[in-house]
Amino acid sequence: MKIMRTKTAVISLVSGWLLLFGVVPILMLLAASFLTQDATGFFRLPFALTSYRQLFLDPGYLEVLLRSVKLAAITTICCLAVGYPFAWFTVRRARKQRLVILILLMIPFWTNSLVRTYAIRMVLGTNGLLNKMLLAAGVIEAPLKLLYTDTAVILGLFYLMLPFMILPLYANLEKLDYRLVEAARDLGAGLMAIFRKVIVPLSIPGIFAGCIMVFVPTMGLFYVAALLGGARQLLIGNLIQQQFLNARNWPLGSATSVILILLMTVMLAGYALVMRRLASRGQRS
Amino acid sequence: MRTLRFFFFTGIFLYLYVPIGILIVNAFNLNRYGLKWDGFTLKWFSGMLANPGLMEATRHSLVIAVCAATIATAIGCFAAIGFSRYRFAGRRILQGTLMTLMMAPDIILAISLLVLFVAIGVSLGFWSLLLAHITFCLPFTMMTVSARLQGFDPFLLDAARDLGASEGQLLGRVVLPLLQPALLSSWLLSFTLSLDDVIVSSFVTGPAYDVLPLKIFSMVKVGVKPEVNALATLMVVLSLVLVIISQLFLKEREKNGKNQ
Repeated sequence: MKIMRTKTAVISLVSGWLLLFGVVPILMLLAASFLTQDATGFFRLPFALTSYRQLFLDPGYLEVLLRSVKLAAITTICCLAVGYPFAWFTVRRARKQRLVILILLMIPFWTNSLVRTYAIRMVLGTNGLLNKMLLAAGVIEAPLKLLYTDTAVILGLFYLMLPFMILPLYANLEKLDYRLVEAARDLGAGLMAIFRKVIVPLSIPGIFAGCIMVFVPTMGLFYVAALLGGARQLLIGNLIQQQFLNARNWPLGSATSVILILLMTVMLAGYALVMRRLASRGQRS
Repeated sequence: MRTLRFFFFTGIFLYLYVPIGILIVNAFNLNRYGLKWDGFTLKWFSGMLANPGLMEATRHSLVIAVCAATIATAIGCFAAIGFSRYRFAGRRILQGTLMTLMMAPDIILAISLLVLFVAIGVSLGFWSLLLAHITFCLPFTMMTVSARLQGFDPFLLDAARDLGASEGQLLGRVVLPLLQPALLSSWLLSFTLSLDDVIVSSFVTGPAYDVLPLKIFSMVKVGVKPEVNALATLMVVLSLVLVIISQLFLKEREKNGKNQ
């Protein structure tokens, strides 16, 4: 009897919390994106497609959406290009070294991300370390304008998101059966062939998981764009922030975030599909 | 290959640590703009302490982080125990919702909660901030505790029950002590997540309850603030201490695991 009561209490507390603070708000956001802006309150009936029309027909907004996707894609590719070898080299180390490398990776990760973005800004400034070093080395003659460019934003996003790519890749590559690599080598496969035909196919779940963890959240990091990219609207996050906190056009802000939700849903569905296909292939062989 | 690998790791870690290093050096640099080294000073630290707005925001942030971490760990712990012990309809849906909540970009959570709070009339400030922070910490605490629960020996529970332990004793004397390291690491993780958060906080708090990341954001948006360097240095030290504590507990846990 008592067990039953605890069970009901625990389950209803958790599901209640998730329902109230997880599911209901998202549904409200969805509904809000179809309402119209109100000068006095926040939303007004009737339902309309005004916000979506504005978002897709106004070239200014469309440009932000496209640029945001572009910046997030470049960041994801950079993270993958660096994170993959990083994870692979780490997995191949001895246990103790592996732990040290992972802890060294996690320390900045535990440090406030806003503080780290600010630190990046000090490095990239006109009188920052990078320009001074390049000048001293004679690579450039006048300081480069790095800050307030797209490059600066990508460097900052890469800095913040890299661990999110490495950790899923690491978890995946750690489980990879190294005997398969050895078998391929014994059968005469070259390094490139082993990489392309053995390692990459086996780490597809990790690659997918890492890309999802990086791509969508990157578009929300408005403070990175604000500190490193100047005043321009660079990311979807900036657009949402502006609509909610400055322009007070909540329906438009909601519609923008619905696009982000859709992007994430598509990526998660793709992930589930790939995983299922991989699982069924595993059963057949 | 060896040298290549060495340079690769060195390059990445330089990229990760040099900016933080510069920040710390500039916190002690007499030169206001950190352009060159003008000598050692502690005046930015005293300037930071003398800034009432900054100190108040720090206090608010710490209060929120401690409360959110404690509540999220408690709820997450009982939820994880409930999930592992009971079979019920909708269990998978619940787990799916949790996962989605964890993967969702912060900004989605931020504005959806803002819409909710405005709709149900929660004024933006301490309570809205606390509820939001508990919500984004919850999936992480639940996962951490669940992972630990999966790792331990189910016979321990049977043994305790055979020896006549009641449900309450089972929880208090067997399950919770075994979960201690997991509870500590999820508390530390939640504490860090809460202190780190910029996105959710900037939407769900009001002008009456300023928190540290927002204060820092508004200060550095316009230019270099050496007081922020000093504060950031303290935050880096704090997170270093937290990482060390959690690693020590992880070691302890491994040792215990080997003894079993």
